[in-house]
Amino acid sequence: MTSTIGAPSPLVPFKRKEPRLLLPGLDPSDRIFHGTARIIGMFVLVMTGAIGIFLGYQSIPTLHHYGFHFFTQTAWQPELDKIGIASVLVGTFEVALVAMTVAFPLALMLALFITDYAPKRVKSWLISAVDLMAAVPSIIYGLWGFYLLQPQAINLARWLSQYFGWFPLFHVDTDANAAVWQQSRYTSSAFIAGLAVSMMAIPLACAVMRAVFDQAPIGEREAAMALGATRFGVARTVVFPFAKGGIIGGTMLALGRALGETAAVLIIVSPDFQIKARILEAGTQTTSALIAGYFGDATKSQLSALLTAGFVLFLITLVVNTGAAVVIGRSRSGASTEI
Amino acid sequence: MTSGTEAAVARPQEIRRGREVSTTPRSPSEGDSRRGPAGLDIVEISAWFGETQVLDDVSLSVPSATVTALIGPSGCGKSTFLRILNRMHESVPGAKMAGEVYLNGEDIYAPGHRPTDVRRQIGMVFQKPNPFPAMSIADNVVAGLALTNTKVSRSDRTDLVETCLTRAGLWNEVKDRLSRPGSVLSGGQQQRLCIARALAVQPKVLLMDEPCSALDPTSTRRVEETIAELRYDVTIVIVTHNMQQASRVSQQAAFFLAEQDTPGGIVECGPTTDMFSNPSDQRTADYVNGRFG
Repeated sequence: MTSTIGAPSPLVPFKRKEPRLLLPGLDPSDRIFHGTARIIGMFVLVMTGAIGIFLGYQSIPTLHHYGFHFFTQTAWQPELDKIGIASVLVGTFEVALVAMTVAFPLALMLALFITDYAPKRVKSWLISAVDLMAAVPSIIYGLWGFYLLQPQAINLARWLSQYFGWFPLFHVDTDANAAVWQQSRYTSSAFIAGLAVSMMAIPLACAVMRAVFDQAPIGEREAAMALGATRFGVARTVVFPFAKGGIIGGTMLALGRALGETAAVLIIVSPDFQIKARILEAGTQTTSALIAGYFGDATKSQLSALLTAGFVLFLITLVVNTGAAVVIGRSRSGASTEI
Repeated sequence: MTSGTEAAVARPQEIRRGREVSTTPRSPSEGDSRRGPAGLDIVEISAWFGETQVLDDVSLSVPSATVTALIGPSGCGKSTFLRILNRMHESVPGAKMAGEVYLNGEDIYAPGHRPTDVRRQIGMVFQKPNPFPAMSIADNVVAGLALTNTKVSRSDRTDLVETCLTRAGLWNEVKDRLSRPGSVLSGGQQQRLCIARALAVQPKVLLMDEPCSALDPTSTRRVEETIAELRYDVTIVIVTHNMQQASRVSQQAAFFLAEQDTPGGIVECGPTTDMFSNPSDQRTADYVNGRFG
């Protein structure tokens, strides 16, 4: 582009056509901060990477010995040289499925209530309460699940199996209609563990959703209101479409939490190594509970097998959390609403 | 942010004077048809944000099928006044109001009138164009129908999209890309899309809050043309900072002023030509001639 008026000054040497190299003129203080921040950031990455490499390295003997059978074998009987994680992986996903089925709608409605319905004072109380939920140690949820929730929840489990027992997930191998029903068939199940885990997933999902709901542009909210929308109409047309990325991302972060939850599950479930869809029935096992339960008196080769199970769990959570990060990162920041 | 306060809007005057007035229509009814323009009678409006009073005892009559311009310097309560006319004011936490607003002789603040019903009849176009970015252009136009659970057949819907976009002066520019998202349009086009969206629910009154302040001169001219064409179908109340615009588009004008540390009010109102050529108040003369504000 040549749009100079008149001849260029003789002080201007020549005109380059290629992009120029621009050196960042950082102040020393900026440079120190920049360097420190970078070192800390790298440290986190290196730590995560090192955990992965350590687990992967420790898994080599197990994978070498059992090969692909490690993923298809359901039993965990080192004395018979039968070790596999097929059943614990199924159990892990069943507990996570129950947890997310309960946590997702509750977190969504809770977040919407906080941002769009609650009066100001209730709002700040609720936010603190949800944050407190996240701060409660998981062992407490385990105790709560075992001593307080379970005696009540088995009634719901029995009711579900009575009326929806034809559906494989809700079937229980006992007579649900018996006058004296076998309560112990309904305890220590994936269902009850999932309910306890959902209490830990809710605050995480809710916090992400609430943050995104709050960012829904006020202009679009008012546009919907001015058309005669109810508050739920505003949520449906403006808040949810805007927050889609945050809803999915928050749910996936909570799922990552639910997949790895250990203490609460360990307290509630009774170990059972068969692959079954019957989530209401007593007995299941999850990967993290397996590791925690068998870690204490494991021999060297058993320890390697447990670390391999841990490696698989690590990879699954890594995929889920990375997926969540990608979805959240891709979601609309509101920039497209600017003129 | 938009929560929890609608029911809690305090109405000091209502409590003081009782509600007997709401049963007797105060203005000659324009006919109670569902469609067509309607006049507004605004009686003794006061407004507060928290403890700060921003409007004091403002009354104004807006005849049916006219354009009324609200002019005045920033911070004199024009926008608040406008937002009281379709009950958007009460969506702001801490906002209170007193007084009455009669639409076809019925007080829109009377018990039994829901804000959502009021807003369906009194539409609004905002300063910043705010189409729903996740929706297509066509869906944006009929968004108000979906939001108010109004069912329309597919062919009626297509007709409605075309009618509203034509009335908003946008049809020719977007007729080939109705399924594209509303956010691909330019600012001026987005604003006309918002006008089309407001028209689709067939309001009796359309409120416009500085609709051209974010637009370039060409887009401004197109919106002004749209306003001129619309005014026989819908009563328009427009807030503007642009004196030329007020004189071009409106038949009557109201000059708002908030003198230091006092709530805003109307200094003078009347036919736009009189307001600009022969104002009766010196402050109006100073303002319309650009001597302050």
